[in-house]
Amino acid sequence: MVTLKINGKAHTADVPPDMPLLWVLRDVVGLTGTKFGCGAALCGACTVHLDGQPVRSCVMPVAAVAGKNITTIEAIGNTPSGRKIQQAWLDLEVVQCGYCQSGQIMSAAALLASHPHPTDADIDAGMAGNICRCGTYSRIRAAIKHAAGG
Amino acid sequence: MGRVSRREFLIAGAAAGGGLLLGFRTGERAPALAAAATPPAFAPNAFIRIGTDGRVTMIIGQVEMGQGMYTSMPMLLAEELEVGLDQVVVEHAPPDDKLYGNPLFGFQATGGSTSVKGLYGPLRRAGATARTMLIAAAAKRWVVDPASCRAERGAVIHTASGRRSTYGALAAAAAEMPVPEHVALKRPEDFKLIGTPAKRLDTPAKVNGTAQFGIDVRLPGMKIATVAASPVLGGKVAGLDEGKAKAIKGVRQIVRLDDAVAVVADHMWAAKQGLAALAVRWDDGPNAHLSTGDVVKGLEAAAQTPGVVARKDGDAAAAMAGAAKKIEAVYEAPFLAHATMEPPNCTVHVQKGSCEVWTGSQVLSRVRATAAEVTGLPLEKVVVHNHLLGGGFGRRLEVDYVTQAVRIATHVEGPVKVVWTREEDVQHDVYRPYYYDRIAAGVDARGRPIAWTHRLVGISILARWLPPAFTNGIDIDAVDGAVQLVYAIPAIRVEYVRHEEPVLKTGFWRGVGVTHNIFVVESFIDELAAAAKQDPVAYRRALLSKSPRARAVLELAVKAAGWGQPLPAGRGRGVALLYSGWDTYVAQVADVEVSPSGDVRVHRIVCAVDCGTVVNPDIVKAQIEGGVIFGISGALYGEVTLKNGRVEQSNFNNYRVLRMNEAPAIEVHLVRNNEAPGGIGEPGTAVTAPALANAVFAATGKRIRKLPLKPDQLRSS
Repeated sequence: MVTLKINGKAHTADVPPDMPLLWVLRDVVGLTGTKFGCGAALCGACTVHLDGQPVRSCVMPVAAVAGKNITTIEAIGNTPSGRKIQQAWLDLEVVQCGYCQSGQIMSAAALLASHPHPTDADIDAGMAGNICRCGTYSRIRAAIKHAAGG
Repeated sequence: MGRVSRREFLIAGAAAGGGLLLGFRTGERAPALAAAATPPAFAPNAFIRIGTDGRVTMIIGQVEMGQGMYTSMPMLLAEELEVGLDQVVVEHAPPDDKLYGNPLFGFQATGGSTSVKGLYGPLRRAGATARTMLIAAAAKRWVVDPASCRAERGAVIHTASGRRSTYGALAAAAAEMPVPEHVALKRPEDFKLIGTPAKRLDTPAKVNGTAQFGIDVRLPGMKIATVAASPVLGGKVAGLDEGKAKAIKGVRQIVRLDDAVAVVADHMWAAKQGLAALAVRWDDGPNAHLSTGDVVKGLEAAAQTPGVVARKDGDAAAAMAGAAKKIEAVYEAPFLAHATMEPPNCTVHVQKGSCEVWTGSQVLSRVRATAAEVTGLPLEKVVVHNHLLGGGFGRRLEVDYVTQAVRIATHVEGPVKVVWTREEDVQHDVYRPYYYDRIAAGVDARGRPIAWTHRLVGISILARWLPPAFTNGIDIDAVDGAVQLVYAIPAIRVEYVRHEEPVLKTGFWRGVGVTHNIFVVESFIDELAAAAKQDPVAYRRALLSKSPRARAVLELAVKAAGWGQPLPAGRGRGVALLYSGWDTYVAQVADVEVSPSGDVRVHRIVCAVDCGTVVNPDIVKAQIEGGVIFGISGALYGEVTLKNGRVEQSNFNNYRVLRMNEAPAIEVHLVRNNEAPGGIGEPGTAVTAPALANAVFAATGKRIRKLPLKPDQLRSS
């Protein structure tokens, strides 16, 4: 039995300690906004925040996150950087299929929180781990700058 | 191919009215669904329902996979219906070929960049029909001439008196009006929505985690399964270690099919662990020793045989014999995976006498048909709930993953969601076929082409996927882009050799036939320009006297890209031009850098696009931008290879795709006119590989005729 603090709320789950957080969120807790893309920390679709830091939940054993503040896409709009990023995503119409965008937004919100005025190099470093097959990269870059400026 | 008649739209009223559809909330930009669905007062056709509360629901048969269907299709309806997009709620349509058939396929399919092209007229007529009936109802109530009334933002107004009635108040009366035979469509100069960058209706739910993709389905009592199919096509399960898997907590059931094994569990982690513990042994079957080299040998041999003639202008053989010089080349394009971000998945609940399916698919009626076939149930006992698609690119034009999930579900009590791992996806895709092309040109003393022969060899997707479209030995998709060659060459012969290689399943992939053909044609034109020692743009320009739209996009792109301006050492610009059955013209200029180690870095892409009438210019630009990125991924990294019958790639580490830090700046310039709308989802992908290959040639002097543009072909030392 593990107790998790997700989006400010406590959840207990009877799951093995090595079970990745991703599957606890999606299949046990029922928060499906966090996406499965690769299962190997290669694509970033499963990105969530642990105490404000972006992590790949598909390789994060649930035992390692007990007691930490877990934030998912469902609640990132409650943070200043998350709210700005979501709005910028809509203002610039970043989204296409949208499947990777939960992870993109989580990575971008963390980037903006740590780098209020990110350079192109900061954006490359912060976002290179998130794959988008629809190819929205140029709008993601522009939207991060838009969020930083607005 | 079949066409959707007006009559088919109009008989839909009753059918579309029921409560069987799954509501899809479009988010804050549109009103939320009412808690209790009220029966619609007015449902003039399969696409529109108007309640007495004035709520306008649009039921969209084309599926949303990122390409903007849930915005551009409502724009067509709303333009003529005279409602704002903010007044509209979008619903997924159920499978129904009669009501929602794509006029260009003859059944309900979203693909081939055909949606706007095929439905621009029909959806506008559907909206205009509803508007006409609403105006007629108001005019009757007010005892005035309908021509003296107008519609505006969901209300009818009597212009002279200023009387006004909302669509909600008119809905019941409108339903009693006769369905008009002919309706007047708006003049383009009166458009309020078409041609504007209206905000997308599907995106608000996609930035806060509430959007529901197929993989997000949750049902009471649902189990999660993951699956391993034979790693070699045609192989069978030979044995497995059931005990070890069942010992894992959360594993509920092992389902053994002849060619695949699924582990059913409480959650994906238990299912994955269980599958690994099974240590399945396979009987690989007849394909066990095949490799990519065997496939290429087969294609090479087939390329020695004449094909079916797909285009013939003049006498190419005679013109070739009389040419000052003959230039020949062989081009190859590899197998490619789709790697949609949402891995294949399908949720199925088989019960006695019924089957329910939840998934995202580009071919809903085929989902229903395969579920009926597997379960032995009549079609009407199969209910399909469509969802948002986490990428399509042609992958979800296939129903293999649905068929497999239904086969598994027939062994499971209660609903089961079958989710493929990324490894299963990359190794069991329905791949873009391997193509092998022999191309030649005869040029005159000045280097201008006077003869052109192009023999393309590959499997036929349409012969399997849409047999009626495979006629006289020609796969119109496989030759698309090759037969529309826009250059003024007096003698042209394009041949198609169908050669099946049943070692991998193959199918559509963003721009499939065109993506391969434009790479060959536009690379080869560049070769001819180089042989003539001419500038690639000037060489093309001289051959475009009969194609003003092609020439216009070429001029626009080269001007915007600064063609001819100096670049640093190691850099080069390449150009490519596209025209095909999509009826869209695109010119692209790529600016690349090739490092001494042979790595290609794309700095900038400029595209000029003429797709005729534009419904939403921002979505058109987004499709080109995204198509370009998809094209770069394919051109630089995309390659699925076989060894011992097994696909060697497995995940994003070895089936690499472009990332943020590798993405170029992309500029899209639109030509605006009132020509018929062309397709836009795929051209950006198709035009990219040749522009890159030509830029690599400009940077290095190396002509790459086999994709991808790998460093080992480009290293300087």
